[in-house]
Amino acid sequence: MSEIDKLLDQHGKAITEVYLDWENGSKIEKEVLDAMIPFYLDRKFGNPAITHRFGWETYDFYIGAKKTIAKPLNINPQSLAITQSFTESNNIAIKGIVKANKKKKKIILSEVEHLSVIHAAKSLYDEGVKVEIIPVTNDGVVNLDILQEKLDDDTLLVSIQAVNHEIGTIQPVKEAYEIVKDKNEEIIFHSDATSAFGRLPLDYSKLEVDLATISSDRILGPKGIAGLYVKEGIKIRPLYEGQLSVEILSPDVENSPLLAGFAKAVELQFARFDEINAETSRLRDKLLYGFQTTIPRTDINGPQGQNRAPDNVNISFLGCEGEALTVESSMNGIYASSGSACTSRVLMPSHILTAIGRKPEEAHGSLLMKLTRLNTEEEIDYVLETMPKVIKRIRSITGGIQL
Amino acid sequence: MSSRIPLPYAPRVLELFQNPKNLGRMEDATVIASAGSPACGDMIAFYLKIDETDTITKSSFESYGCASNIAAASQLTIMIENKTLEESWNFTWNDVSEALGGLPSVKTHCGSLAVGALRRAIRTYFNEIKKSKPDWLPGALTKDEKHALEEEALAEKLGKKYKLL
Repeated sequence: MSEIDKLLDQHGKAITEVYLDWENGSKIEKEVLDAMIPFYLDRKFGNPAITHRFGWETYDFYIGAKKTIAKPLNINPQSLAITQSFTESNNIAIKGIVKANKKKKKIILSEVEHLSVIHAAKSLYDEGVKVEIIPVTNDGVVNLDILQEKLDDDTLLVSIQAVNHEIGTIQPVKEAYEIVKDKNEEIIFHSDATSAFGRLPLDYSKLEVDLATISSDRILGPKGIAGLYVKEGIKIRPLYEGQLSVEILSPDVENSPLLAGFAKAVELQFARFDEINAETSRLRDKLLYGFQTTIPRTDINGPQGQNRAPDNVNISFLGCEGEALTVESSMNGIYASSGSACTSRVLMPSHILTAIGRKPEEAHGSLLMKLTRLNTEEEIDYVLETMPKVIKRIRSITGGIQL
Repeated sequence: MSSRIPLPYAPRVLELFQNPKNLGRMEDATVIASAGSPACGDMIAFYLKIDETDTITKSSFESYGCASNIAAASQLTIMIENKTLEESWNFTWNDVSEALGGLPSVKTHCGSLAVGALRRAIRTYFNEIKKSKPDWLPGALTKDEKHALEEEALAEKLGKKYKLL
């Protein structure tokens, strides 16, 4: 028996299990897998850049799948680059723009961007790039006045997420875009829409951006594939070189099975877009207000109601340390994550929660849950019924330690 | 929560997390000490009942911390039961970690914090109750005690950084 087997044996398995850690790991449905199988087992594994039957068949499929993915964004499929992850998309959006535009040196980001945006930008310090960070309100909304102040003639790129991945804040992307373009049409505007795609309407023919990141795994598509929308005319370079492939920004051999899965997940999510988001919003509020009613000393992190992404539940339980909370929840069959320092290797609390003014001990007690089209009312009822005793036990261990 | 990484624990950590031995405040403790800080997400309080022969007859703990932190504190209370203060002083974070079947490297500080809290309790006992220092008790702070101080200093720094404390 391996050590992990022993650990799992000690852990035990709850009779009811509810998975809510979609932010950190997702699965796919049978329908998505079925859409992928022919591309592994049957004919369409050929390289779409090659001139033979197998290649052309794949090419034809490839173009069709990109159309499917581009459709809800209302963009030309040609302007959607396929990448391997939202991390790669965000890195290309930042570094690829800097590579292609050498004259201006300033990048402006919000304080609550995903770390793949923040770290990508800060990695360019050595190349003389300056990074300006815009603060947010207590609800995590980007401060547009400060954005306006920071814009100058040296500004190359502004990156503002569409939805915050941890606390569900819907950002004023349209207003931010207008402020940026009013200052100077040439400033490039990127929006990381990883947590917005499939949750909010993102019609980029109306809601304008120059670059936008989307990801397959966030809508229950396969991992290992994502997208970067690049508006026509934007100068951008790939981060690494490879062969001549269909994808210029990600010059690998096209991964048709993953693309097939991505396209199927888009179909499933957008066929029932309104219904899914109305339902997850309802379950979200049931969880948030349910916790607040049944568990003392709780604090909702992020905005409420219409200003919050439909899938996001983030709440701090004071007097609980989040890592212990995730372990105790796990033993009760509830899987979620925390912004606690102890769950990270760097031992620092979530940068999002500290940015919205949460004290470290509030950030440590946070629990992040996300909802997808796979979660049910019964699951949410189980979570609401079970969490009070989870919290009670962790608080009994904290005991009289003054917080 | 991008940078969150699951940590594989030894089964003993989970066992003590599920059923912590010697958990809770002790009303008739001879000495109480704590280490760490809630701001760091890591705080341990130790309660010791010490008899006239300087032997720990009973100990308990409270923990605001992760599963490793809880398990390390609980494990240490088991190890020091009926030990003299000198014997108890000599347990290191490594002894705690070994008894737990090894802690992931990023969690070794949890063992260190437990030892730091215990040593602080022992010092407090000699300083404030016995008002004498035995020969075996080092004058200077040990590594684990310094670690506890460092963590508390970090909490203060964090607090200042976010203008919260």
